[in-house]
Amino acid sequence: MSPDEPTQGGARGTVDQAATDQSPENLPAPPEGQPGSQTVRQVGERRGMFGVKGSGDTSGYGGLRAAVRHPAATARPYGGWFDEVADALEVAARDAGVERAVESVVVHRGEITFHVRADDLLVLARLLRDEPRLRFELLSSVSGVHYPADTGHELHVVHHLLSMTHNRRIRLEVAVPDTDPRLPSLVPVYPTADWHERETWDMFGVLFEGHPSLTRILMPDDWPGHPQRKDYPLGGIPVEYKGGTVPPPDQRRSYS
Amino acid sequence: MTTQEDLYAGTSETTEGRVFTVTGQDWDQIAEGLAEDAEERVVVNMGPQHPSTHGVLRLILELEGETVTEARCGIGYLHTGIEKNMEYRSWVQGVTFCTRMDYLSPFFNEATYVLGVERLLDIEADVPEKAQVMRVLLMELNRISSHLVAIATGGMEIGALTVMTIGFRERELVLDLFELITGLRMNHAFIRPGGVAQDLPAGALDEIASFVALMKKRLPEYAALCNANPIFKARLEGVGHLDLEGCLALGLTGPPLRASGYPWDLRKTQPYSGYEDYDFDVQTWDTADAYGRFRVRLAEMWESLKIVEQAAARLAGLEGAPVMVADRKIAWPSQLAIGSDGMGNSLDHIRHIMGESMEALIHHFKLVTEGFRVPEGQAYVPVESPRGELGAHVVSDGGTRPFRAHFRDPSFTNLQATSVMSEGGMVADVIVAIASIDPVMGGVDR
Repeated sequence: MSPDEPTQGGARGTVDQAATDQSPENLPAPPEGQPGSQTVRQVGERRGMFGVKGSGDTSGYGGLRAAVRHPAATARPYGGWFDEVADALEVAARDAGVERAVESVVVHRGEITFHVRADDLLVLARLLRDEPRLRFELLSSVSGVHYPADTGHELHVVHHLLSMTHNRRIRLEVAVPDTDPRLPSLVPVYPTADWHERETWDMFGVLFEGHPSLTRILMPDDWPGHPQRKDYPLGGIPVEYKGGTVPPPDQRRSYS
Repeated sequence: MTTQEDLYAGTSETTEGRVFTVTGQDWDQIAEGLAEDAEERVVVNMGPQHPSTHGVLRLILELEGETVTEARCGIGYLHTGIEKNMEYRSWVQGVTFCTRMDYLSPFFNEATYVLGVERLLDIEADVPEKAQVMRVLLMELNRISSHLVAIATGGMEIGALTVMTIGFRERELVLDLFELITGLRMNHAFIRPGGVAQDLPAGALDEIASFVALMKKRLPEYAALCNANPIFKARLEGVGHLDLEGCLALGLTGPPLRASGYPWDLRKTQPYSGYEDYDFDVQTWDTADAYGRFRVRLAEMWESLKIVEQAAARLAGLEGAPVMVADRKIAWPSQLAIGSDGMGNSLDHIRHIMGESMEALIHHFKLVTEGFRVPEGQAYVPVESPRGELGAHVVSDGGTRPFRAHFRDPSFTNLQATSVMSEGGMVADVIVAIASIDPVMGGVDR
């Protein structure tokens, strides 16, 4: 279902390395789940050891590359009530004509994430709220995450749902491309999404279609850019104090 | 037009109509000005610098006479980019940032973030018992201090100044306990991934015991002052009404939800930090109004006292137990100690890394400057803060810094109910309605 191929990860040139370098602790950790059987998508790359940019590599670790791969999609059975929710959702989605809505399911650290197609989000949310076997009455939170290296899926919007009836929590994750960052607003189903979506728009530039008034909420109305995107610098101005100057945070030394 | 005595007050004409700027007691000007046009509809910008809007909250109220026809919130005046800043600091340093968000309940900010990080590290089961109990103790003391401020400022805003003075008097006692245990009255950064920063200092349990004893005498004062006070009740009863359905639709949790009669408390329903081991009750009220929320908070302080007592009793039997995970790749290498020149790294530790072990020095340096790595993934572990569900959505890319940390702050979510609670009521009731959801702007704007 996912168009992405499994990647080999960042273990470059492991074959040529000396035997000492190939000791288990020097190799990148294998992704969770059964190796080989799951699709693991690389969503980014970490470089070096100390995150220094724009100056000479004095650490000697500047050549390090580590692939960023999220926990792999989980195969059934998911365990516990996860299967119950997934079954009920599958049946309800089929009845509603959106059987392809859920692209993959990830169970990681005891939490379940449904990766959902943006187009079907609103239908799915309504099912999740109204279906007696699901009953996710409360939308706890909406937050954005920006993966600049995840080409075609740069902006992720994560919805945390809570069912008080069944005492369960699930997560819906929608990925939209940076070039067309649109997804349906959940305000018609969960009015509480109003401010959460405005914040996500403000911070990430994600367009929630159908939102009653998608305006900035935390930043001033005329603010340029969306501050929590990864391509937006932390910024700041140098501060002088008693003759010394403290550089802005993004120009200080950093450690990755 | 007229000569102005106050530079900052006056009137001007705009395309939208006449604009009055008033700073204090010069409302007569508006009344006079409006009388000329005989217009009843007034749009009032209340705040962001207004003593009764609970911080830098801006309220845009459309009034017909004294009736509010439309109420909207303007927020963002206290936005400090804490979430963005956390992405540039190590996982441990993140605690220092997020403790500053909702400044009335710092331990809850720390706890939800730390619980998320611990889940990603997969060390939830390894956090020592004493650290868990200390977290519960601090969170419950914090709940008392936060509810005290909620009641105190809420009282102040309707003119009940005695409620304010006694509220802050008792809060001071809690802050003294915080200072004794963590070294700071606020911005503690005390709950760390893997445990807590320090062991309980000597004499803390005695202080807690005397605090509990004192609170048992003082808490009834609030009930005596307010519960049946006719003025207090007249101002609060039936104001800011929001029933269960409204709460769920608008995402309200905490005292507003419980005041609508639904006993939802994450400490009971989805326990964390070992809350399932404590004996306490979830407090509810059935009026779904500001008075109900006040009573829920008052009753919750008693429950918190019960938990504090139980936690203190458990701590008495845990003397000398570890407060940090045993994993040396996560636990902060040094313990703080009081020296002749104040608090700092323990001298034993300095002697060890500087004089005895090069490896220990390297380890200290790596862990303190670079920090530990957290496996890829995301976690959301909400806690029941004094204002409702507080959760941190923590995302890691496998590095030493949070890839993203987003806080679902209950003040932010609950404040959305302002319009529903205030429209159709009086201007004076807007203040009561907002005070009853107790928003803290540091948490709203982050």
